[in-house]
Amino acid sequence: MSIKKISKIQPESFEFSKGNLQEAESEIKKYPKDKKGSAVLALLYLVQKQNDNWIPIAAIKYVAKLLGIPYIQVYEVSTFYSMFNLSPVGKYFVQVCTTTPCMIRGAKKIVDVCKKHISKNQNELSENKLCSWVEVECLGACVNAPMMQINQDYFEDLDGNKTEEIIQTLLEDKFPTPGSAKNRKNAAPEKGKTTLLEVKNA
Amino acid sequence: MLKDEDRIFKNLYNDLGWDVDSAVTRGDWSQTKELISKGKDWIIKEVKDSELRGRGGAGFPTGLKLSFAPKEIGSRPHYLVINADESEPGSCKDRDILRFEPQKLIEGCLVTSYAINAHTCYIYIRGEYIREGQRLQESIKQAYGKNFLGKNACGSGWDLDVHLCYGAGAYICGEETALLESLEGKKGLPRLKPPFPALVGLYGCPTIVNNVETIAVIPTILRRGAKWFASLGKPKNTGTKIFCISGDVNNPCNVEEEMGIALKDLIEKHAGGVVGGWNNLQAVIPGGSSMPLLPKSVCETITMDFDSLIKAKSGLGTAGVIVINKDQDIIKCIARIAKFYKHESCGQCTPCREGCGWMWRMLERMADGEANYKEIDLLYDVTKQIEGHTICAFGEGAAWPVQGLLRHFRKEIEKRSHEEPLIKKKSNIPYLVDQHLLEKDSA
Repeated sequence: MSIKKISKIQPESFEFSKGNLQEAESEIKKYPKDKKGSAVLALLYLVQKQNDNWIPIAAIKYVAKLLGIPYIQVYEVSTFYSMFNLSPVGKYFVQVCTTTPCMIRGAKKIVDVCKKHISKNQNELSENKLCSWVEVECLGACVNAPMMQINQDYFEDLDGNKTEEIIQTLLEDKFPTPGSAKNRKNAAPEKGKTTLLEVKNA
Repeated sequence: MLKDEDRIFKNLYNDLGWDVDSAVTRGDWSQTKELISKGKDWIIKEVKDSELRGRGGAGFPTGLKLSFAPKEIGSRPHYLVINADESEPGSCKDRDILRFEPQKLIEGCLVTSYAINAHTCYIYIRGEYIREGQRLQESIKQAYGKNFLGKNACGSGWDLDVHLCYGAGAYICGEETALLESLEGKKGLPRLKPPFPALVGLYGCPTIVNNVETIAVIPTILRRGAKWFASLGKPKNTGTKIFCISGDVNNPCNVEEEMGIALKDLIEKHAGGVVGGWNNLQAVIPGGSSMPLLPKSVCETITMDFDSLIKAKSGLGTAGVIVINKDQDIIKCIARIAKFYKHESCGQCTPCREGCGWMWRMLERMADGEANYKEIDLLYDVTKQIEGHTICAFGEGAAWPVQGLLRHFRKEIEKRSHEEPLIKKKSNIPYLVDQHLLEKDSA
């Protein structure tokens, strides 16, 4: 378990935009009529999408009301799951995987680059208020280690220099190209495939 | 080595395109209607005969699991839930199925849902896989467009709706009952079993929960026959499996191979060998982080299947092979795994919630040479108090890697731990402190 800091600065109220409200309704429709509460995770994602990637308390109350479930249940969920941010994060939110497979292949170098260029500590905004970074547990791209996630995209097969390039691009308010830094094809071996050599769509 | 024609996931590296049309030319969705018309019992029997074992870690016979669902729909609907919450460190096989072979999974959903009488199927994908989720959503849309899903799916007369749901970064939601809790919109706290989900699952209805890879291979098994699948691999450990080889190897990769392949072959042939040569190998974690590690001597001869690895006091798990060479500090590697478990414990059972933190802090001290020699036995004692004393298997998953370290690398720890025990000497080592106090900087 990890602790979550709830932001001291909170907006007074929160409401879904028209588009998001429609999306919320289609999420609710996925579940049986009397089980609206199931959509709480999906709705909290929508809140994050609308509210610069973090969830204010007002939105928790709003979602609870919308789904007809107790406020505490939504609060519980938003504090339990690590992907819900309860205080503001950078426009570019860098998540560095440091679990063993990435650690073995040099995740520390990536962490060092983040410390040097973004902020000394995790969860702090960079000087130009654009970026923040955090160490996370396994992101499930172990054969492409070391890697990091920036907003929605995975950046794989990194090394110190490449990470530096990526972070510099972010600090200039541009989004770098995601994917493998070594131009490797997905999860295939870097130096030539050993299987599936002559497959065709037959 | 497995022949290419016997590989199930032909598009593992996305050489051929992931879209529904490419998938159809590869043979997906062919004869689906005929397969379904052979009946539920035939499907379940065929899966049983193939001896397919669940690919999510526990290796439970899939055919048997499917047969647990009630034969007739009673007052409550049945559900099929696909576990795509792949979070085990070392394992990234489901990601490639979701990205590049989504139609295999969706077809598997239809066939399996029919076999267990389900009209609704939920795919629970981990929250970090945003792009993979978008790809899967698009694939589901394409399948609906071709009438492979929806009313009278694929002309079979069976109605099926497939919904995609995102998790939100909790490893514990890979545990089937925690996943169901999460799907119900609650915290992912595992439930006590029994009752098993097959009878009382999602919303209290009969539910079958299966891993992505398990479901995705079922259509191919039905098409090519249980005999073909059972002829691959070893008895009781049949078929093919996607192995993820990561860590200190020259070419880390995902590769589909026969069950029971020698670990040495897997590393040398497919992953380009250990960094620094085979003699530089220190240990291998064969099945994702929760399985105990194997020292080099065992790695020479071990084969990768459920039963041989259990004999070697480890397990196949998700087949995420993490290779550790002699340049790495083995205690630090396991300490990092212990930190992972400390972070991901759901906090429901005391032995796991507190014990995982204890194990992590002890291991960190051992890695830094600040531990005392009595702590080694204490650490073992803690692992034994966690194992078997928790609601779900997370406790075992957290305790086993530490036990593996103690079993094979005790000498290494002893070399570093020479401090006198606290009671004999005054020493300012925090012993049992609240784990949150140590984490101030990461709060």
